[in-house]
Amino acid sequence: MKVSRRALLAGAAGAVALGKTAVTQAPPATSDPTKVRGKPSRALGQRAPAEKPQRQVRPGASSSGTPHQDLYGTITPSDLHFERHHAGVPEIDPKSYTLLIHGMVERPMMFTLADLKRFPAVSRVHFLECSGNFGGRAGSADITPQQVAGLTSTSEWTGVALATLFREVGVRPQAKWFLAEGQDAALLTRSIPVSKAYDDALIAYGQNGEAIRPEQGYPARLFLPGWEGNASVKWLRRIELSDRPFMTREETSKYTDPMADGSARMFSFLMDARSLITYPAYPVTLTRGWVEINGIAWSGSGKIQRVDVSTDGGATWAHARLQEPVLSKAHTRFRHLWNWAGGEAVIMSRAVDETGYMQPARTELIAMRGAGSVGYHLNPITGWLIRSDGTVVFRQEQWT
Amino acid sequence: MTRQRIHTLIGIGTILGIVLAGDRGPRRLAAQTPPKQPSTFGIGRPAAPAEIAALDIDIGPDGAGLPPGRGTSADGAPIYAARCAGCHGKTGKEGPNDVLVGRLPGDAFPFARDARAPKTIGSYWPYATTAFDYIRRAMPPDAPGSLKDDEVYGLVAYLLVLNDLIPADAVIDAASLPKVKMPARDHFVPDTRGQPKTRPPSPAPRRRP
Repeated sequence: MKVSRRALLAGAAGAVALGKTAVTQAPPATSDPTKVRGKPSRALGQRAPAEKPQRQVRPGASSSGTPHQDLYGTITPSDLHFERHHAGVPEIDPKSYTLLIHGMVERPMMFTLADLKRFPAVSRVHFLECSGNFGGRAGSADITPQQVAGLTSTSEWTGVALATLFREVGVRPQAKWFLAEGQDAALLTRSIPVSKAYDDALIAYGQNGEAIRPEQGYPARLFLPGWEGNASVKWLRRIELSDRPFMTREETSKYTDPMADGSARMFSFLMDARSLITYPAYPVTLTRGWVEINGIAWSGSGKIQRVDVSTDGGATWAHARLQEPVLSKAHTRFRHLWNWAGGEAVIMSRAVDETGYMQPARTELIAMRGAGSVGYHLNPITGWLIRSDGTVVFRQEQWT
Repeated sequence: MTRQRIHTLIGIGTILGIVLAGDRGPRRLAAQTPPKQPSTFGIGRPAAPAEIAALDIDIGPDGAGLPPGRGTSADGAPIYAARCAGCHGKTGKEGPNDVLVGRLPGDAFPFARDARAPKTIGSYWPYATTAFDYIRRAMPPDAPGSLKDDEVYGLVAYLLVLNDLIPADAVIDAASLPKVKMPARDHFVPDTRGQPKTRPPSPAPRRRP
């Protein structure tokens, strides 16, 4: 049974609050649901009162993380999809929304939201991850999966293939890059290689079967499967084709990676393979016996081929079971049965993707990047320390 | 033709239709191929030059898109004090938000080993044009897009002077800004990690940065 301490406490607090406000109302006749008629149908469904999963808003309120410890599958409920924005979430009227495509094209064109929806559509399940998605350096062991890697989520995205729109406007052969610009107060811009458009890029207006949420770019966003979230520009208002990148703030002074050889890597779009054990994890307390260790793995290069799990701090590794279907560039649930006999243990996971890439250890990352290059693209193997008393904490490692 | 005859004819026609469809329908479906995607769908409308011009505000690293106008450090200093210093500090070094000013001795590039080394315009930014583009589109956060082009030129000149990148009296405009030499420029290289579609799978697990 996967009930976090946090959820139990929240449930208890809710019950207390309900008790206080219910004084003036008639008390329930019975606690036996078979002896009282249930609630009627309602226009909008809601979670069971005891379930209170929440995004965790980070300092500054420019991001919030998905509560991986409260989720079971691979699809992230839309209202729990992580957020990251650079000037708040804009309110955009879908009726006046337009997307302009211009620059090195035969026919500069404007598309309304209704126009975008008239094109042939595609739906694909993909993860989206912020390249700054590693909270394991903070120095605290009392951190949840949400704090370690809450800035990744998976949705079914629906929209028009960007290649379809590029054919519509007649992108010229000399165009190698395009600028994507958002309609938020940051007018956020990124330069993207045109080849990605002909590979698998979408202009998405649907998320998990309904309209995209405002935090995810309503009414339409760029979606670049497997690439760092910042490049999938939300609230997309303009695309400009060019023969060179634009060197915007987000791809020069930010979202670049200083490397150990003295260079700084730019246009580092690809999100490499990663995994995260989401149970057992802080703040769970384990009891002895069988435990199904489980978590999520994902890779921007394609499908997860294998997830290895260690229950002895990395000395030995076993292949976890992968929940089918394993989808390309999507969260994949892995599970591994373990009989915890008590005593201290460190559990870890590492992902291998279909290209053969294996998730690196922290020491390998530091060797390649340098200990100071810690802003983006950190996908180290992480683990949880299970203490003899069953409490679970994040396994800390020295980063600097 | 009487009404009854018409009804009879319609009835015969319907039966014939059902029989024919019942006979040929499935075979026809099996043979059907989806229509070929057209070269264009004719959806959307042409964008007028004025519509494009109203949105096309980006500045390229070669200076493409820079508007008419000019500014000097003296022009920018009072604007910085009024609109920017609150977040970036009195001299651009104090924060609390991004540190904008400061060079490292010998223009060193220690960022891979030292996470605390400030990534300022002078120490880290590879292109001066980025400053104009970003300030004009997104700053200041309490009134983004409110600065006039000459004010942005003045602010950029002020920040470049504070970073010791141009002489104190230099004029920054569309011609001079792309020519400003940025110390960090040559450190920046494109990502060389593999492209999933062209990379052959390798037998052994591989590591990469």
